[in-house]
Amino acid sequence: MTEQIFDHWARFTPAQRVMRYSVFLLCIVVIYWALTSIEVIWEWVWGSPQQIADLFGRMMPPDPSNLGKILVVLWETVNIATIATAVAVVISLPVAYMAAQNTTPNVATLWLGRFILVSSRSINTIIWALLFVAIFGPGVIAGVVAIMFRSIGFVGKLLGEAIEEIDNRPVEALEATGASRFKVIVYAIVPQVMPTFWAVSILRWDINLRESTVLGLVGAGGIGIILQGAIDTFNWPEVATILLVIIALVILGEVVSAWLRKRIL
Amino acid sequence: MTDQTRDTWRKPPFIANPVLRYAVILGIAAYVVITAATLPLDWDRASQGLTRAARIFSGAFPPSFERSSLLIDGFLESLKIAILATFGGVILSIPIAFMAARNIAPRPIYYLGRGIIIVARSFHPVIVAIIFVKAVGFGPFAGVLTLIVYSIGFVAKMLAERIEEIDFGQVEAMRAAGAPFLSTLVYAVFPQILPRQIGLSIYQLDSNLRASAVVGIVGAGGIGATLANAFGRYDYDFALAITIVIVGVILLSEAVSGQIRKRMK
Amino acid sequence: MLKITSLVKRYGSGDPVLKNLDLEIAEETVVSIIGSSGAGKSTLLRCINRLVEPTSGSIVLNGTELTTLNRAGLRGARRKIGMVFQGFNLVDRLTVMENVQSGRLGVLPTWRAVMRKYPKEDIRRAYELMERVGIARYANKRADELSGGERQRVGVVRALMQEPEILLADEPTASLDPKTSEQIMQLLRDLAREFSLPVLINIHNTTEAKEYTDRIVGMRYGRIIFDAAPEALDREAMDRIYSGTPAAERGEYTPDPSFAVAAS
Repeated sequence: MTEQIFDHWARFTPAQRVMRYSVFLLCIVVIYWALTSIEVIWEWVWGSPQQIADLFGRMMPPDPSNLGKILVVLWETVNIATIATAVAVVISLPVAYMAAQNTTPNVATLWLGRFILVSSRSINTIIWALLFVAIFGPGVIAGVVAIMFRSIGFVGKLLGEAIEEIDNRPVEALEATGASRFKVIVYAIVPQVMPTFWAVSILRWDINLRESTVLGLVGAGGIGIILQGAIDTFNWPEVATILLVIIALVILGEVVSAWLRKRIL
Repeated sequence: MTDQTRDTWRKPPFIANPVLRYAVILGIAAYVVITAATLPLDWDRASQGLTRAARIFSGAFPPSFERSSLLIDGFLESLKIAILATFGGVILSIPIAFMAARNIAPRPIYYLGRGIIIVARSFHPVIVAIIFVKAVGFGPFAGVLTLIVYSIGFVAKMLAERIEEIDFGQVEAMRAAGAPFLSTLVYAVFPQILPRQIGLSIYQLDSNLRASAVVGIVGAGGIGATLANAFGRYDYDFALAITIVIVGVILLSEAVSGQIRKRMK
Repeated sequence: MLKITSLVKRYGSGDPVLKNLDLEIAEETVVSIIGSSGAGKSTLLRCINRLVEPTSGSIVLNGTELTTLNRAGLRGARRKIGMVFQGFNLVDRLTVMENVQSGRLGVLPTWRAVMRKYPKEDIRRAYELMERVGIARYANKRADELSGGERQRVGVVRALMQEPEILLADEPTASLDPKTSEQIMQLLRDLAREFSLPVLINIHNTTEAKEYTDRIVGMRYGRIIFDAAPEALDREAMDRIYSGTPAAERGEYTPDPSFAVAAS
């Protein structure tokens, strides 16, 4: 037994290896299942690179003749994102207050707050837009409200977590001075969550810029309407222009939000 | 003597320069007024919205699960789309991430890699879906292609950042031992990025499932298509049933992927 | 005058942290409470302004029974009780002036608090007090830019802004270096004289307790076992205050050390 020869080395124990192989096998089975049961016409799939190349060929060269109008609608898109973000962050304040365990007045408000956050967050902007187009009819209002509804959950959740993480000692100190609940919030809680508030608002604005470019596809205003129109009329060179403008908008949005973050925080 | 003047105090303003401060305040005020005036908000329509909302919600209750087979089929399709897109996206994002890693790729290739990531990230999946629906026809295949692009935008970006952070000592040690390029990659680079890549894949599967509910609305298959159809036919009770199930599945998948990623650490 | 009679505090269903405690504090005395960690010093102090709810007993401050007050009444009573904390408990991102003025929050109209429009007499008083403790030049600085000793001075001024009838200090020097610590103790004693305030200080440092306070109360495991002038705190008294374990106190002590560990 003392003459044991160490000529074998393995990175994992046998049990670990069995585990790894079975996970790996499971992945393959799942992918195989998805591949074989998905309803696609495989001839189309094989022809798709050709089709996609064709489509991009038809986009060249981009046609800037409508650029003026596109830029006007682009500005409208920016406004939708900005206004919706501004209103949403204001509304999300009380929601975050209710959804944070250390500030919520009672269990009922805690669950109400959580319910608002979850339903807002789990439903995509486009689905919200479908609903609000049905309610308000096609137009900017539906778009603004849809983005607002989705943003409340996002901002509220992150803000609520920030409230739960605050340092409770100043809160205790101000309660000891006999201050009312509202004043304690204003003096001890608000200053502590302010940095998160700004960071999350800027982040959400950046995301909303992107979201607002697609609202038009379900009739809720913004640049998506022109995009849909150009696609429906097979005006591919104009589609290319719109897509380039959207890229420029998104990059500009990232630059602006990076600058704001540096300025404010 | 000086004590007498010391009975006023003002909080130091956020922007010290008064000219700049008032310019910023004025600018924001002007923006709000101008956008409020120019956004084509149709208040008449908005006020009619209330009655329409009442009609929609009364039509939506109680949610109807009668056509649950349609619902389940839609979901399975969404799941397949998400699985295949995650698989394809993760595989494709590996070479793209290497191209976009500053410490590995030569300059021109680096810019190409970054360019691909920026374009993939700039477009909302719904826009990508519309283009692919036009190129390869309606159905889940367009959805898979869309979400592959979406996955690349996120996974390749995060992975490229991870590659840029790797410990180059190990790479140099391998090179010093005379290892060829591919072995260096397999033994010195892959082990460092693999855990991150698995975590990203699980996260991406979760977000692809969310997104697949949306791209269907513009014709790229899955539960979104079912939802858009229900909305189009004014089947609000079925639409509500679908929405409830979407929210449930999203919460479930978020919890599961969160658990898995936590267990892996 | 503060009069505490048969005060009991029990967390959950465990052993009480304060066991039938009686304490009387006359006007204008600086009293220090000493005792090892877990003796209940902090709980005692926090029971007085009900940051911790007493289980039973009575606390009377200048004729007002504090333990039975409702929320509004408690807020009114807390306005007259200033408190200074070990961790200063300032709001880091607010200016020193705002921190100081937050001592007035109990009486300030809400709109003034929100708009930071403090009354002239409050601002004058704040500058006087800040001048007195040597932090007036920091009025516009953020609280987190100050050193520990300066921050504790802000804490003291905040408490004094309340125009309190009693000052509670919960280990006010435990986070400070020895020199700053002595300065703060000296300040507390001098301010007590100037404003004719009773001051109740929890403290670990018995040397400082002896030097700067008029009366020392020694606590051990929820009971007061020493209460006398500083001169009376001799070696023997110190040993009584700082020896033993909670298990020994409960009579569960056995000579076998492994049993003692299990019991605690």
